[in-house]
Amino acid sequence: MNRGSKRWFKKFFSNFSAVLGFVLLLFFLGVALFAPYIAPPKPGRDAYMMPIVTWSSDPIPPSREHPFGVAGKRDIFYGVVWGTRTAFRIGIIVTISSTLIGLVIGSIAGYFGHLVDELLMRVTDIFMAVPFLVAALVLATILGAGLDKVIIALIVFSWMYPARLIRGNILQVKEEQFVMAAKALGVSDLVVILRHVLPNSIFPVLIQASMRMGSLVITAAALSFLGLGAPQGYADWGALLNYARNWMLGSQGQALQYWFMTVFPGLAMVLFVLAWNLVGDALRDIFDPRLRV
Amino acid sequence: MVFYILRRLLFLPLALFGVSLLVFTMIGFLSPYQRLATFINSPERLKSDNVDKLISFYGLDDPIFIQYFRWMKNVFQGNLGWSYVGKAPVLESILIRFPYTLELAIFSVIPIIFLGVSFGVLSALHHNKFLDHILRIFAVVGWSFPDFVFGLIVLMVFYSTLGWFPPGNLSIWAEEIVKSPAFRHITGMLTFDSLLNGRLDVFWDALRHLLGPVLTLTYVEFAFILRITRSSMLEVLRRDYVRTARAKGLEEKAVIHKHARRNALVPVATVSGQTIVGLLAGTVIVETIFNRTGIGSFMAIAAQQLDYASIMGGTLFFGLILILGNLCVDLSYAFIDPRVRLD
Repeated sequence: MNRGSKRWFKKFFSNFSAVLGFVLLLFFLGVALFAPYIAPPKPGRDAYMMPIVTWSSDPIPPSREHPFGVAGKRDIFYGVVWGTRTAFRIGIIVTISSTLIGLVIGSIAGYFGHLVDELLMRVTDIFMAVPFLVAALVLATILGAGLDKVIIALIVFSWMYPARLIRGNILQVKEEQFVMAAKALGVSDLVVILRHVLPNSIFPVLIQASMRMGSLVITAAALSFLGLGAPQGYADWGALLNYARNWMLGSQGQALQYWFMTVFPGLAMVLFVLAWNLVGDALRDIFDPRLRV
Repeated sequence: MVFYILRRLLFLPLALFGVSLLVFTMIGFLSPYQRLATFINSPERLKSDNVDKLISFYGLDDPIFIQYFRWMKNVFQGNLGWSYVGKAPVLESILIRFPYTLELAIFSVIPIIFLGVSFGVLSALHHNKFLDHILRIFAVVGWSFPDFVFGLIVLMVFYSTLGWFPPGNLSIWAEEIVKSPAFRHITGMLTFDSLLNGRLDVFWDALRHLLGPVLTLTYVEFAFILRITRSSMLEVLRRDYVRTARAKGLEEKAVIHKHARRNALVPVATVSGQTIVGLLAGTVIVETIFNRTGIGSFMAIAAQQLDYASIMGGTLFFGLILILGNLCVDLSYAFIDPRVRLD
């Protein structure tokens, strides 16, 4: 490990909120990895489907058998544990694919400039002219039920953010002398982009990806909360919260009895998003010299 | 400057054209049978008529670009189709609901800016001390709260338990007053209309119904303003003119409030514009949870019921708001900060 990255590590771990975010992420990663041991699925069943544990649709408060209670006939603890995997899966797939698409489009726009840039950026503007949640909502509805459809909808409407970021960075880097030198030496465009331009703009992209992870998971959960996306009974935090909704609006004075329906899946979501935001924040503090105070 | 505005305004129809293409492409994924469902209002029609005959009657089996041009022709005549969700023409359904969303955005942006700025200044003044850490944690936790989780908690505590902030727009008795012919609708926003009509009781009722969603949006959104205020304040506090002000023996209070804070608020003002635009476009969940009328909940229901005339019209409308809103925000940069040049 060289001195630069040592300083980096020291800086990261001397920051309390960065450590907290990192620990939270590790915790969730552990829950996702060991889900089969923490909440063992019934053999022969799809582990991602929350098993039905009761025939009455009334919520059951936490007990020894169901530590987080029962909502919509399903065990909340089981749903929260396996929902961690769902959250990671959606977040990682969408972030990586949208970043890759953004990388390609942003690089092309920034590097070639002129008409190509103008055209691609106007297309980007059009995709950004529809509010993210509304766009994802419409596309997910049209594509039909299923988690994969939600993932597609989120990718289609989130590549613009990395694309813009990368384009901006490339416009900056392009003027640097080492890029001009490489071009003057007759290095091909593709190699210049891959070897010289992108490595110099990769950190802002990583920071943005970490920050976007939280909002993507929120949007995916919002879609399941609205009843779109994952099928009935699929282990997903948003779907669990959807069960809580009717009981919150129901008869007045009763709702506090059903606190567990909101609090446990809600807490999981907040901590998960918080973890990514804290890590993203810490990365930005370290890498963005403008904010270094 | 004028050239810049003209260029941006010229792009507006082009962008809307792009948005309409985008939405129409998405709708194109639906089969004619699925789209037919939105034209049928009773099951009898499917029995007596042949389904395929109905599809060709509505032109649903024409090539997609012909359907697109047919729709565009109607749009230019001000006809966005019939909204099954709104039980009225799409344009009318949207225009009735927009003031509700605008009202929610207006009422939310006030506490968001107030809290964000005052906490941001406090945070900067206590830089890296206890209060700074507490405020930043409070903010980042709010930032991490999905609006539907916080909204459910607000409902649980402030409606179900305390009975303070009921969901919906109005209580039943107030609804009757608002719907009576004597009540004049001027702005379409319930709080302002009730004040203009001199009905303080209705105003209070409308306000009570607004507080739940406002509280939710405030906590979820104020962190952004706090962050901008804090970093801008920290930067300003290191400037030469602040040091000069201190050096000439000015009271610390005057230095902070007169010299530092005013200059630190420039970026905050511009970001506040973005926040308002963001609020107008981002009320889908909050309106749905609190059972409020508005374009956000309208879109959510339209999407769930595949009311595709409403989806198309609503998306176009959202595009219009976002593009116009962002244009206003960009223009305000130049007005607030003369150092900004637009070109």
